[in-house]
Amino acid sequence: MTARAAAPRNNTSLRATFSRFTSEHRSLSIILAWLVIGLTLPALVLLPPLSTFQNQVVWVDGFAISGIYILLALGLNIVVGFAGLLDLGYAAFFAIGSYTFAFAASPQAITHLNIPFWPMLVVGALIAALFGILLGAPTLRLRGDYLAIVTLGFGEIVPAIFLNADAVTKGTNGIGGIPQPQLPCIGDFCVHFTFINPFPFYVTMIAILAVVMILIYRLQDSRLGRAWMAIREDELAAASSGINTITTKLLAFALGASTAGFAGVFSASKLGNVTPDQFQFSVSFTVLAMVVLGGMGNSWGVVIGAFTLYTIQSVLLKELNQFFQGQHIPILQNIDFVQYQFLLYGLALVVMMLVRPEGLFPSNRRRRELHEETAEDTDIAPPTSQLGD
Amino acid sequence: MATTLRVRAGIPRSLLFTPAALVIALLLLGVPQFMNAMTLGAIYALIALGYTMVYGIIELINFAHGEVFMVGAFASLWVLTTPLGLLDRPMNDPLQLAVTLAAVVIPVMLFMGLLGVIIERFAYRPLRHAPRLAPLITAIGVSFILQNIIQVLFGPSPHPTPQIFPKVDWLSVPSFNIGDFAVAGGTVRGLNLSIIVAAVLLMAVLQLFVARTRLGRAMRSTSQDREAAALMGVDINQTIAITFFIAGALAGAGGVIYGLYFGSVQFNLGFFTGLKAFTAAVLGGIGNTVGAAVGGFIIAFIEVFAANLGYSRWSEVAVFSVLILVLVFRPSGLFGQALGERA
Repeated sequence: MTARAAAPRNNTSLRATFSRFTSEHRSLSIILAWLVIGLTLPALVLLPPLSTFQNQVVWVDGFAISGIYILLALGLNIVVGFAGLLDLGYAAFFAIGSYTFAFAASPQAITHLNIPFWPMLVVGALIAALFGILLGAPTLRLRGDYLAIVTLGFGEIVPAIFLNADAVTKGTNGIGGIPQPQLPCIGDFCVHFTFINPFPFYVTMIAILAVVMILIYRLQDSRLGRAWMAIREDELAAASSGINTITTKLLAFALGASTAGFAGVFSASKLGNVTPDQFQFSVSFTVLAMVVLGGMGNSWGVVIGAFTLYTIQSVLLKELNQFFQGQHIPILQNIDFVQYQFLLYGLALVVMMLVRPEGLFPSNRRRRELHEETAEDTDIAPPTSQLGD
Repeated sequence: MATTLRVRAGIPRSLLFTPAALVIALLLLGVPQFMNAMTLGAIYALIALGYTMVYGIIELINFAHGEVFMVGAFASLWVLTTPLGLLDRPMNDPLQLAVTLAAVVIPVMLFMGLLGVIIERFAYRPLRHAPRLAPLITAIGVSFILQNIIQVLFGPSPHPTPQIFPKVDWLSVPSFNIGDFAVAGGTVRGLNLSIIVAAVLLMAVLQLFVARTRLGRAMRSTSQDREAAALMGVDINQTIAITFFIAGALAGAGGVIYGLYFGSVQFNLGFFTGLKAFTAAVLGGIGNTVGAAVGGFIIAFIEVFAANLGYSRWSEVAVFSVLILVLVFRPSGLFGQALGERA
């Protein structure tokens, strides 16, 4: 793969230099990319068309929350995109991460612990990974579609337990009063994470995303990552080549779960409360739609897919409502576009699978796999993805 | 080895325990709860048959099946209220009741069968040779589309379904004691008995259809070996379409029954009901029609037992735990054959 990416193309030399740089210094370029994204987005929303929708603070707050979904999508991409295991109960691990932080930090939880945010980021991820292993160990021997159903069942059981065990979890009310992260002051310079100031959360999220993505890219090219892809393409052949399929799949499950746990801790701290209805099946479904739309197996594609869908659901649909209400167009002004959100996701999933199963920003390898019947001509075709494979 | 659609010629030996199990359940639950569980079981069984037949023939978990059932419940609500214009008025004339029921059940079953065929034609057939993940993802997409269409058309709140069945009791069982053990008596509503009889009849007809008719034989041969069946002159596409039609029609019947029995339908009822019915199909051994029916009743009894013990909030957790345990320890189900490890 490296050889292909580094090979000079017949386009401009600037592009060749760019692709050589990104393939030789990948971690550095991921950091640079997130730095550029992190600086551009808050500035971009000050410009006219975007600034009329909502003010900068609301935009940045939305970006910080969209980061949670990007993190979830990146984690699910390890399971679905890399290892080819359909996990339909992914929100369960998100819930476990969130509730872990709620129990560890909220003064309203029965545990009365007071553990700060930063160590809990890691602990939450580890606990979610533990549950991933607990669920995966007995079930990963099952065939793919059975696994999908088992994870779906798990995804329903976990929020149901948080809902019904109300002596411990306060049922529907959930646990509130979850503290925000705190940083020590450096001299006179202090950073305060509050509900009204989303910028520290935003910066933290960008940093987390950069780190997670570097780790994911390193994993992808490691022995483990290659084993995942081998299992995804042909499990029998992979097993015959000496790959321990159970352990390899279990690691995909655990790493995917830990990313969701990570996102859960951040989300609990950002929102300040956790309730069981934050983790319904629709969350797992939304994240799956993000992964499929962006392109299974391509981390940057998944990031774009998650960011786009989140922005559509949180900003664009509301804007469409307001726009058409102001226009007095007979039918359109009465339509509640937000209502159609999941209808659109459903349509997107079906249409994508039928027309372009590799997603909008495909990974080259996944595309060839999904177009096996016409593999001859796509095999020779040069890669078009500029975002890296 | 592929999962094949299985129909048994005789009665499986393990089923001979059924009467004993039913008597024990009746003694433990008492008459009203027992009838409740049987009716619920009939609904689950009708839906589970659709899952098991489709899985048996194309090895796809038809995720949208629970939503087809839900659309069936809403279609029956629509037929009852809009063209028939019925209100919550019990019909005491048996002939009028029978005609009305036929006017609801037949179009709803036909329409849901067609819906199943349409879903297969546009969402699953183009992906028949794609990796397994692809049709599974479209199935999830279709289920969300159906759910949201109904939500947009009918709104998110529950809708009452007209209760046309007279509140007549056909049987009355007094309470009695066996030693120190008290068995609760009660009345048996005509509605419950009719539902159970109708559902069992439908299942028997299906069983005969699959076992005895030419189309049934085509279905079984397609599920065993698609290529070989095609070489023997079976029209594969037609056979799969018929399977989806039957599955949809049975789910439609389940939807009508649900509306009549529970008296209220909501756009999101298909998700959990579908999942429970799928659990029933897995419990009975996927691909096995008798197993799916038995599984439906077992799941209903588990649910009612949980509710009876005061854990009704945990009944869903109980059902999904059963699903996970069955898949882990006996993936072939109670009556199923061993499944090969196919990726």
